[in-house]
Amino acid sequence: MPDNKALSGGLVKKNNFLLIVGAGGAHVGRMLLNLALIIAASTAWFDMDRLPTLIASVIAIGIVAYAVLRHKHGRKFRMREIAGLSALDNAVGRATEMARPVLYTPGWGGDIQRPTTIASMNVLSHVAARTAQYNCDLVYPTHDPVIMAVAQEVVREAYADAGYVERFKSDNITYVTSSQFGYAAAVDGMISRVKPASIFLLGTFEAESLILAETGNSIGAIQIAGTDSTIQLSFFIVACDYTLIGEELFAASGYLSQDESILASVQAQDIMKVVIAVFLVVATIAATLTATGLVDLGEWWMF
Amino acid sequence: MDRKVALAICFVFGVVMFIQYFSGSSLARQVNQSILEYWQIVFAFTLVVGIVGVVRTNVQRINKRDDVFFRIVTLAGIIIMPVVALIWGIKADTPFMWMFENIQAPMQATVFALLAFFVASASFRGFRARSVQATVLLVSASIILLSRSALGGILADEIPQFAEWMRNYPSMSARRAILIGIGLGSITTSLRVILGIERTWLGGRR
Repeated sequence: MPDNKALSGGLVKKNNFLLIVGAGGAHVGRMLLNLALIIAASTAWFDMDRLPTLIASVIAIGIVAYAVLRHKHGRKFRMREIAGLSALDNAVGRATEMARPVLYTPGWGGDIQRPTTIASMNVLSHVAARTAQYNCDLVYPTHDPVIMAVAQEVVREAYADAGYVERFKSDNITYVTSSQFGYAAAVDGMISRVKPASIFLLGTFEAESLILAETGNSIGAIQIAGTDSTIQLSFFIVACDYTLIGEELFAASGYLSQDESILASVQAQDIMKVVIAVFLVVATIAATLTATGLVDLGEWWMF
Repeated sequence: MDRKVALAICFVFGVVMFIQYFSGSSLARQVNQSILEYWQIVFAFTLVVGIVGVVRTNVQRINKRDDVFFRIVTLAGIIIMPVVALIWGIKADTPFMWMFENIQAPMQATVFALLAFFVASASFRGFRARSVQATVLLVSASIILLSRSALGGILADEIPQFAEWMRNYPSMSARRAILIGIGLGSITTSLRVILGIERTWLGGRR
C-alpha cells in the first residue's frame, strides 16, 4: 500500500517546486524583457549602421565553427599545392649551401595588430625552424619595435623546438627605424652588403616593396614575397621568384603545419567564398531586374 | 601556464574589442580609447628596447671593424637628433628642424626617387613576351601607357576609352577578387588567434 501522507507530501513539494520555478522563470523573463526594453530604448547601446557588419561577422564565425566542428567529426581534406610555400625549404637550403644568410622582413606598412603580420609570423616560425636545423643565419630587420620583440620570441622558440637554441642570435632580429624610406634604405643596405641567398618579403608592404625586391633581384637572391596590398602584389609578381597572392599568405600557417584545426578554418574561407559568390549572383540579378523596370526588388543588397 | 594566461588575455580582449565595435555607447568608446592608450604605453617600452638593441648591435659591430663608417653615421643620428631636440626644441627655425629639412627629408626623397628606376627595370623584365600571359600583360601595359600619354589620344580616340574600360572592368574585377580573399583570410586569421587555434605568435609549437 502506498503511503498516502508521503505521496501527498511529495505532490505538495513537487507543486511548490514548480511554483518556485515558475515564479523564478517569470521573474527572469521580466528581467530579460526589461533589459531588452532598455536596450531597445537606448539605441546608443547598438550602432544600427553596423548591423550588416554584425550579420556578416556572425555568419563568418558560424562557418568557421562549423568547419572546425566538422573536422572534429572526422572529415579530412587536403589543400592544393602553393608553389611559394613549397619553395620555402628549398630557399633556406640554397642559403645554407651558399653559406649566406636568409633575410626575412615584414615590410613597413603593418603593425603587430594586423592579421597580415600575424600570418607572416607563422611563416617566420617555420623558416626559423629550418635555419636552426641547417645552421644558417636568419636576419630579420623591422620598422616596429613590437614586431621585433614578438619576432625574437617566435624565432627563439622555433630554435629551441628544433633543439638548437644555442644557434639563436637575438642581434640578427633588429629594429632599424620607423621611417619608411629610412627602413627601405637600411634593408637595402643589408641586402647589398650581406648578400643573402634567400629573401622573404612577407607582410604589409607599401612603396618600399619594389625598392627591396629589385635590390634582392640585383644580387641574384631567390625571393618569396606575399602581401595584402593589391598594388604592391603586382610589383612582387614582376620582381620575385614566388609570390603568395591574397589569401595564400593567410593559409600558410595551415599549409606548413598541416594542423587540422587551422586547415579547417582555411576550408571555412572557401565556404565563405561560395556564400559571397551566391550573394553576388543573386544581388546582380536583383539589381538588373530592378534597373530594367521589370520588377522592383528594392536595394536590400546595397549595404 | 604563462601561455594559457596569454591566450586568455587574447581571448578576452579580442571579444571585448569585437563587441565594442558594434556599440555606439560612450562606455564602449571609453573602453576602446583606454585599450588604445595602453597599446601606446606598450609601444613606448618596446621602442626603448628597440633603440637599445640598435645601439648595442652597432657598437658591437664597430668593435669587430664591421662596416664602421655606416655604423658611426647611424649612432651619430641616434644621439645627435634627440640631443638637439632636447636643447633647442622641435619648432620651426630650430637646429632640429634644420637637420630634418636639410638632411633627413632629402635622404628620404632620394631613396623614394630610386623607385622610378626600379619600376623601369622591373617593367623591362616583366613585359617580355615569353608566354601567352606575359604577352597579354605586355599588350595591356602598352595600351595603358599610350592612354596616359598625349600620343594615345592622337593615334585614336578609342585608346583612352579602351584603357579606361580595362581599368574599370577586367582589372578591377581581378583586384576585387583578391581583396575578397584577403578579407576572408584576415577574418579567419583573427578568429584563429582570438579562439586560440593559432598559437604560433606566442612562439614555438602550436
